[in-house]
Amino acid sequence: MVAAAIGLAGLFMIIVVLFWQGFSGLSLAVFTEMTPPPGSSGGLLNAIAGSLIMTTIGVMVGTPLGILAGTYLAEYGRYSKLAVVVRFINDILLSAPSIVIGLFVYEIIVVPMGHFSGFAGSIALAVLVVPIVVRTTENMLNLVPNTLREAGSALGMPRSLVIRRIAYRTVSAGLLTGVLLAIARISGETAPLLFTALNNQFWSTNVLQPMSSLPTVIFQFALSPYKEWQQLAWTGALIITLAVLALSIAARALSAQTTQK
Amino acid sequence: MAQIAVPQNQMVSSAAAARSAAVRRFALNDAFFRGLTRSAAIVVLLILGGTILSLILGSLPAFQAFGFGFLTTEIWNPVTKKFGALAPIYGTVVTSFIAMLIAVPLGLGIAVFLTELCPPALRRPIGIAIELLAGIPSIIYGIWGLFVFAPFLQVYVQPYVIALFGNVPLLSSLFAGPPYGIGMLTASLILAIMVLPFVASVSRDVFDTVPPMLKESAYGVGCTTWEVVKNVVIPFTRVGVIGGVMLGLGRALGETMAVTFVIGNAHRISPSLFAPGTTISASIANEFTEAVGDLYTSSLIALGLILFVITFIVLAIAKIMLMRLEAQAGR
Repeated sequence: MVAAAIGLAGLFMIIVVLFWQGFSGLSLAVFTEMTPPPGSSGGLLNAIAGSLIMTTIGVMVGTPLGILAGTYLAEYGRYSKLAVVVRFINDILLSAPSIVIGLFVYEIIVVPMGHFSGFAGSIALAVLVVPIVVRTTENMLNLVPNTLREAGSALGMPRSLVIRRIAYRTVSAGLLTGVLLAIARISGETAPLLFTALNNQFWSTNVLQPMSSLPTVIFQFALSPYKEWQQLAWTGALIITLAVLALSIAARALSAQTTQK
Repeated sequence: MAQIAVPQNQMVSSAAAARSAAVRRFALNDAFFRGLTRSAAIVVLLILGGTILSLILGSLPAFQAFGFGFLTTEIWNPVTKKFGALAPIYGTVVTSFIAMLIAVPLGLGIAVFLTELCPPALRRPIGIAIELLAGIPSIIYGIWGLFVFAPFLQVYVQPYVIALFGNVPLLSSLFAGPPYGIGMLTASLILAIMVLPFVASVSRDVFDTVPPMLKESAYGVGCTTWEVVKNVVIPFTRVGVIGGVMLGLGRALGETMAVTFVIGNAHRISPSLFAPGTTISASIANEFTEAVGDLYTSSLIALGLILFVITFIVLAIAKIMLMRLEAQAGR
């Protein structure tokens, strides 16, 4: 009881401080102006845009891969040796330190390219997306009643059509949940972006060049001695938290819908 | 008659041909889709394999230069190009250990509260709130630690603790030095707060696997809630709880941003918990982009490899424990 009270109080305190500090700096300029040089005012536009671009690419690369691998685990190879190993490895990847993923992408993309890039950042995020989507896809497909699959097969549908036309459709909301959870997870990731996408003080949508992102800007600005930068860091933190909370709540609502059916 | 029969036969055979073509197409599609999903599953393995391989290759120069002494040397000097991993390893282990020391009892307490004591109306909202908190990015905890928690500790807590234990032999060295605010202890506390929702939600799920019948029979013979938790719930779920704690530990070990903000990034081992230190992940985050020279970069990648190996072992143990619980629940 006491433990619960202490724990919950501590956690909610963080949220209260965050809202307090973040809202005091929230203004239209945050969304319309670039990150400022030290000592002057500005916004977070390029950081927000960078985050959106890299998250989008990361999700677009990671999701198909994750859904296909999850399909293999739940449909084709449910009890095969490969599936057991992949399941185990996937759970490890799910909670592997994201900074190590950053190092991996640095080695395979940044070093051969010779410079940091938004593309490398996107791939690092995609690597983080895959295990989450694999996990939810497998769990959701396991919810599909076997009688549905058998009904499809009895009509003469081949296995692949049964999966695509019946299983996927039955749990489409659930699959979307996985994607939303993955977006929520990667939109706050900082560590793997530090040395893949680096950062960029200016407006840039070229994914082959270093790219700014909200979390790295928060990291840089919060540790700086300038008041304006610190305020922007708080505001950025608030934006990320609100986005993550909204995504998690949407995911939760969707998955409640699926499991009830 | 024959004249009619011929076109009929032709029709039948062309229909059969179309049919077998369709079946062949289906079979081909089927095999293709199956192969596609299978290769996607293999890609997951390749990601892990690639990660390990690239880390080993990247850290090779460092291990060649320093041998296994890399693991036991404290010196970290970019100027003279001498690197040793002992300080970050020490920092990682100590901060995670203290964090778990705080987060596990609190997390278990929250889980017990949610499963046994909480009024049913509050159970769902609090459970959901904790799960949402578990999803908040770690950088948020870090920025809070830096701007709110560290100054608070510096002004209100650390001076008194230093004064209080100043004359106690062992504790005086544990809580020594000027009150910086940031340091090992602050990092541990932030980690504890961060891991807390995670431990709480996993152990709540684990506690929920206890059959109500078992608990009710214990209540039926007159046990108090505490006795039920101590003698029925915990023994029944021991394996799962340890698994959940190990998952939390895996998180704490690899946590980067929350720690980097408040650890102080000093490559030395100090007996005092108030002194700044460093962890593996904080060193990499702070120094990687500034690292000049192959040996420096390689040493940081070697740190990453060490971290990965440690967390891999911890997570594997956690996973095996949780799998054993699942098998038990299935029986």
